[in-house]
Amino acid sequence: MRYLPLTPDDRAQMLGVIGAATIDDLFADVPAAARKSETFDLPDHAGELEVERELVGLAALNRSAGAGPFFCGAGAYRHHVPATVDHIIQRSEFLTSYTPYQPEIAQGTLQVLFEFQTQVAALTGLDVANASMYDGSTACAEAVMMARRVTRRKKAILSGGLHPHYAATTQTIAHAEGMDIVRQTVAIDAEAAVVDAIDAETACVVVQTPNVFGVATDVTAIAEAAHKAGALLIVVTTEAVSYGLLKSPGEMGADIAVAEGQSIGNALNFGGPYIGLFACREKLVRQMPGRLCGETVDAEGRRGFVLTLSTREQHIRREKATSNICTNSGLCALAFTIHLTLLGEVGLRQLAAINHAKARRLAQALGAIEGVEVLTKRFFNEIAVRLPGEAAAMVEGLLDDGVVAGVPFSRLDPHAGLDDVLLCAATEMTLDEDIDAFAQALARRIGR
Amino acid sequence: MTMQNVGRPTRPEDVQPLAAEFASLTGGRGLLQDEALIFERDGWTKTGVDLPEADLDGSDLGDLARSAPIGLPGLSEPEAMRHYVRLSQKNHAIDLALYPLGSCTMKHNPRLNEKMARLAGFADLHPMAPLPTVQGALALMDRLSHWLKTLTGMPAVALSPKAGAHGELCGLLAIRAAHEAKGDPRRRVLVPTSAHGTNPATAAFVGYSVTEIAQTEDGRVDLADLAAKLGPDVAAIMVTNPNTCGLFERDIIEIARLTHEAGAYFYCDGANFNAIVGRVRPGDLGVDAMHINLHKTFSTPHGGGGPGAGPVVLSEALAPFAPAPWVVHGANGLTLVEETVEEAAQAFGRMSAFHGQMGMFVRAYAYMRSHGADGLRQVAEDAVLNANYIKARLSGVMTPAFPDGPCMHEALFDDSWLEGTGVTTLDFAKAMIDEGFHPMTMYFPLVVHGAMLIEPTETESKQELDRFCDALVALAQAAKAGDVDRFKGAPYLAPMRRLDETLAARKPRLTWKPESGVAPAPLAAE
Amino acid sequence: MRFTKDHEWVALDGDVATIGITAYAAEQLGDVVFVETPEVGKTVSAGEGLAVVESVKAASDVYAPLSGEVVEANAVLADAPETVNQAPEAGGWFAKVKIADPSAYEALMDRAAYDAFLESL
Repeated sequence: MRYLPLTPDDRAQMLGVIGAATIDDLFADVPAAARKSETFDLPDHAGELEVERELVGLAALNRSAGAGPFFCGAGAYRHHVPATVDHIIQRSEFLTSYTPYQPEIAQGTLQVLFEFQTQVAALTGLDVANASMYDGSTACAEAVMMARRVTRRKKAILSGGLHPHYAATTQTIAHAEGMDIVRQTVAIDAEAAVVDAIDAETACVVVQTPNVFGVATDVTAIAEAAHKAGALLIVVTTEAVSYGLLKSPGEMGADIAVAEGQSIGNALNFGGPYIGLFACREKLVRQMPGRLCGETVDAEGRRGFVLTLSTREQHIRREKATSNICTNSGLCALAFTIHLTLLGEVGLRQLAAINHAKARRLAQALGAIEGVEVLTKRFFNEIAVRLPGEAAAMVEGLLDDGVVAGVPFSRLDPHAGLDDVLLCAATEMTLDEDIDAFAQALARRIGR
Repeated sequence: MTMQNVGRPTRPEDVQPLAAEFASLTGGRGLLQDEALIFERDGWTKTGVDLPEADLDGSDLGDLARSAPIGLPGLSEPEAMRHYVRLSQKNHAIDLALYPLGSCTMKHNPRLNEKMARLAGFADLHPMAPLPTVQGALALMDRLSHWLKTLTGMPAVALSPKAGAHGELCGLLAIRAAHEAKGDPRRRVLVPTSAHGTNPATAAFVGYSVTEIAQTEDGRVDLADLAAKLGPDVAAIMVTNPNTCGLFERDIIEIARLTHEAGAYFYCDGANFNAIVGRVRPGDLGVDAMHINLHKTFSTPHGGGGPGAGPVVLSEALAPFAPAPWVVHGANGLTLVEETVEEAAQAFGRMSAFHGQMGMFVRAYAYMRSHGADGLRQVAEDAVLNANYIKARLSGVMTPAFPDGPCMHEALFDDSWLEGTGVTTLDFAKAMIDEGFHPMTMYFPLVVHGAMLIEPTETESKQELDRFCDALVALAQAAKAGDVDRFKGAPYLAPMRRLDETLAARKPRLTWKPESGVAPAPLAAE
Repeated sequence: MRFTKDHEWVALDGDVATIGITAYAAEQLGDVVFVETPEVGKTVSAGEGLAVVESVKAASDVYAPLSGEVVEANAVLADAPETVNQAPEAGGWFAKVKIADPSAYEALMDRAAYDAFLESL
């Protein structure tokens, strides 16, 4: 077996040193009833070629996003990742290292995390950011529980514009911890209803911008209302590239910003691994979940970095920890920070502008079709359109035309009564020809 | 005769020995480069990507558009490459040497798995793409599930948890839902004192109070204490097996029996599954739920802290409460149950936005297929053999915490052998760095004083184990011989000397800020 | 000054008790990096958590030795947690508590009893 270096001779010699007659002696503590003497009903080992053949075969059964016109978004976005990013994250020293518990031999990872935290703080317009969460949805749930610790209140108001899967994740996790989750009615302009729901019991309000329908919102007034009531504003973003064009959550008064960072540096990966971004105001830092990297000096006075404020975390605080998170999304954070470093401010703004321009072209093309209504007015790179029938059926039909038209809203939330709504995203990957092909195929099918 | 060679000194004896106080003029250290932060390189107007012009005319974003500078520097591609390559060289890695962090299972990460995860059919696949276009991905999830269920002897698996602690959360939420369905909500979870910190943290996260179970002198759960603490308000016990002392819980079947008798469920922390994979099925031990760290047992790379993946296997009793989504075989191929309605009416909810760590599923499945049933069994055997070999070789100079009987996949030592030397576990660990090894897990589990927990894994050769043991024996002898400076000042040869963690915690500096307090010109604009 | 087995000290001035951790406890904790002091106005019962003191790798609850209402928290500790190490039984105090029952104070250990207790550890 190619991954196992011990030879039969080694094993015999080692058993001799240990003073055991057979390997079974080392498993003596396992109750006899639970010791399996034969191998399991699974195939035996396979060579690299055989394994590769099977997996290539499975991959070939999928239609990758790059195979033709493709417009899915809804929390995961197809972007170009420079070749440099994937090269660097596959370096042994980054790929095969552990959490930097011994800082003297982990400065590579630690400096990267410090740079990452600074970039995320800058993007979100907030003071501090942690070293990453699993993804945007779990970061959202963690933010809600953090608001409870800060305010000592139990009620969280989730805007109806929040991605339904984010709402469900938050509901599942935060409710278990004893919070009252108020999920507002799903609607394209749901943010308008948020302010009126805030009361003296409210720990936080959670607002997504651009929201799940692609609507970009100025949340300044919501921030003011929340703060007046002693509540926190949590701003969620599922498309991190939008930070390059839109006002940051911090600028609009957010106390905590969480985001899905997949768009920058990370592939679609059928939903994971992704990377949760988590930033907040400085005064809240001790209630933050997750790891934090901080600057310090070594015994010779040279600048270095360490994991810090660890007493918030599970390995020290145990049942009183701010979160149970341990493993995070380290390598995805590395990919994110490399891509963002390559982009720089200049590149990110330009990338965001290209995305926005593509989406405007898409909105124009779809809006020109009779029977199609573009619901999203102010958007970044994603729009919701109303079709003259069920969106799910249309998406299936358009597959025959070679077009992956987007995500039917009913797939995210079958109870919202928005079965005719389709979410369509465009990015720098979208060709003008793709948009034309989509619009023509859609017009043809509607006209039929 | 032509004089191609002028007499350059080429023999080492012509080179002066290194002066103790030698320092370079620039602070450089040969190949080990000092590397400024990206924010200190004046790259405020640079970019390392070439993008076409975009036209924002006619955009109606208005006041939603960002006007203030963001504060992001850029680097050209060659600068970026150097920046990250230089930084990478300051890291230890499993590809460099033994990385014996106990409880972390730092094993070799096969590159085939990386290659497979990057196939466009997996990597460039959208989670909400229409189901007919993702049949291969669903088939892979289905096959992975089959392997995980077979290896654990459990009937169901929830794939979506994103790491071990997220898996614990999933397991406890299923347990909570099961109790609630019976109209018997319970309030307490029992956790042994030796548990990972994630166990009590997760229990508290789910709203349970935590009661600790005592440990016996031989490092196992104290059955009498367990029996005394079980009661009608206990929802679950959380036991790691093999436990964090590296020992198999001999009474595991009795522990499960007592737990079930009290109406509670048995959550098993599967962090140490590597010790028994292919040899023992947790389902045969009475386990109701167990997470499997794919980034430990099934070799998906740790990546400097993540990502992981923590699928949770579930017993018949808990299976109906598993979270959405999951894969089912339908009339038109495979499909996903994504909503907690109809066939999923009892599902407790959703763990995250999508279907789990697909990139890790591909890697773990490639690893399982490569090893096969026979190879995985050998994995457990070699992992346990390697740990016992280390325990045997070091017991002459260090004190094993539990000397009697074999250990499983990790060897645990206490610090009683350091008594009177003036050297602590921390000092000893830092001195290991100078010898070229990553230290073992220190000061965990909490139940052993000055704990040193060594997990070699099965992917170390006997030669590397001997090199490691020789180094530790030499260090232990040095400590006992009074060579205290070797330890107190360690590490001497690492990229950095010992770092001041107190300063970092007292005056947290968590982001870069300009030294002068004044932003660079492009940032100060407007 | 009186002491508890959890290594807190109390000094009583009228009905206001100043509470901190002993020099022994400060030594055991190592470098203190953060102290979470209680809010003024909070009522605490004897044995309940009053404050949290943190070193780099540990967080420890400090229990109220006596019941009462918090009337002041040591503001110095926010910027200078090291005061707990430098002057544990003086400037490094955590909180002042107005106590309901001064007789409870007398029930705590005096210096000699605490020293004997430390000897026994």
